[in-house]
Amino acid sequence: MGVADACPFFLSQEKPCCRSCHIGKSTLLSLSSGLLEPEHGSILLYGQKLFQKGNGTIGYMFQHDHLFEWRTIEENVLLGPEIQKKLSEKRRAAVFDMLKTYGLYKFKDAKPSQLSGGMRQRAALIRTLALEPELLLLDEPFSALDYQTRLMVGDDIGSIIRKEHKTAILVTHDLSEAVSLADRVIVLTKRPGSIQNIITIKFPENLSPFERRNAPEFKDYFNLLWKEMNGHE
Amino acid sequence: MSEISIAQQKFLTERKRHKRTVLCSRFLIFILFIGLWEGAAALGFLDSFIFSSPSKVLLCFYQMLMDKSLLNHVGITLLETVVSFFLVIAFALAITILLWFNQKLSETLEPYLVILNSLPKSALAPLLIVWLGANYKTIIVTGMSVAIFGSILSLYTSFQAVDPEKIKLIYSLGGKKYHVMTKVILPSNIPTLFSLMKVNIGLCLVGVIIGEFIAARSGLGYLIIYGSQVFKLDWVIMSIVLLCIMAMLLYGLLGIAEKRYLKRL
Repeated sequence: MGVADACPFFLSQEKPCCRSCHIGKSTLLSLSSGLLEPEHGSILLYGQKLFQKGNGTIGYMFQHDHLFEWRTIEENVLLGPEIQKKLSEKRRAAVFDMLKTYGLYKFKDAKPSQLSGGMRQRAALIRTLALEPELLLLDEPFSALDYQTRLMVGDDIGSIIRKEHKTAILVTHDLSEAVSLADRVIVLTKRPGSIQNIITIKFPENLSPFERRNAPEFKDYFNLLWKEMNGHE
Repeated sequence: MSEISIAQQKFLTERKRHKRTVLCSRFLIFILFIGLWEGAAALGFLDSFIFSSPSKVLLCFYQMLMDKSLLNHVGITLLETVVSFFLVIAFALAITILLWFNQKLSETLEPYLVILNSLPKSALAPLLIVWLGANYKTIIVTGMSVAIFGSILSLYTSFQAVDPEKIKLIYSLGGKKYHVMTKVILPSNIPTLFSLMKVNIGLCLVGVIIGEFIAARSGLGYLIIYGSQVFKLDWVIMSIVLLCIMAMLLYGLLGIAEKRYLKRL
C-alpha cells in the first residue's frame, strides 16, 4: 500500500497543521510538493490535481537552510524567481520588503557564513516565500539548530508564517514545538504512516509561539499528544 | 584590540621563530646541496663530465641564453604544456557535464574510463606519433592523455557528491535539471576544479616531456634526450632544473588564482 493512500487529509486556509510521525513523512512531503509523482491516486490542492514538479504554488523548507555560500543573501533569496524567470521589479521589491521586515536587509550583501543560524533559517524562509507559494511544507526545519536557537527561530518562523497568511504543514518530532506552533496536529501512526488522530489546538488569539509555551493550556495539549503517541503502542 | 597580553605576545614570537627556523632550514639545505656538489666536482670526488656541476650548469644556461636557443626550447615546452592544460580542463568539464546529464552513458563508459585512467600513458605515445606525425600535435595530445581520464573521473565523483537536498531545493523552486547544473553543481565544484587544475598542470608537463622525448626537434624534453645521447650532461641537468622552476611557477600561478577566488567567496 502506498504511503499516500493511507494519509488522506485536507487543509483549509490559515490553519497551519503539524504532524508527528516517523516513517514515510518525507515521502509524503515530497509527494505533496510535487517532487515525487504518486504511482497511483492523486494529490489535490484546492481541488486541483498537482503533479508538476515544483510549480511554485508549494514552498518547501528543509532541515538545513541550504543557502549557497557562493551567493550573497540577496542572490540567495531571489533564487526561486531567478530560476523561474519571474524576477520582476515588483517581486524584487516585495522580497526586499520581507528582508526589511525580518531584519535581514542590511545583510543583503553578506555571505551566508556571516549570519547566525537563526538569521540563515529566516533567509531560507524568505527564499521560499519569494515565489509566493499558497502552501508551505516544512520538513523538520529547526531540528538542526541548538535548543536555544530552535526556540527563537521557531518563534520567528511561526510569526512570519502567520503574518504572511500562509498555510503551512510542519513535520516535527518535538511535541512542544507542535503545540506551540500549530492550529491542528495530525498524529501519524507508525509504518506505514496513516492518520491516527487529528487534534485541534486552541489558544487565545495573537499569542506568539513563545507565549503559547507559557500559557496554561500548553501542558494539557502536551500531555494529550504524549498519550496519543504512546497509548496505542 | 590594541592591547596584547604577555602570554599572547610570547605565543606570537614563538610562532614567528618557528616560521623563521623552517625558512632558514630550507635555504640552508639548498646552499649545502649546491656547495657540496660544486666542491665535490672541483676537488674531483665527482666526475663533472657525467655529474656536471652547478657552475657548469650556470655557464651553459648563460651561453644558451645568449645564443637565444634556450628561450625557444623553454617557450615551446611552456606553450605545449599550457595548451594541453587548457584543453584538458575544457574537455574534462564538457565530458563530465555530458556524463552527469546522461546516467546511462556514464554507467556504460565507467569501466572504459577506469581502464584508460590506469593505463600507462607513455605506452600510447609511440602510437600517437604514427597516427599524428612527429609534431606538436602528438606532444599536446600526449600531454592531454596523461591528465584527462583522471580529471573526468574525479570531477564526476565530485559532481555526484553534491548534497542531494541542495538539488531537491532547486527542484522545489521549480528548476529543471539544467538549473541544477548551473546553479548548484558547477558553482559548488569550483574549489574541486582548482585543486584538479593544480594536479593537472604537473601531469600535463609530464605528458609533454614524454611527447618531446620521442617526437620533438625542440623543447626541454628534446634537450634532455639529445643531451644524454651526446653526453652533454650540462644540458640535461640545466633542463631538469628549468623544468623544476617551470612547474613551481605554474603551480604558484594557479595557487594565486585559487586564493583570489576563495577570498572573493
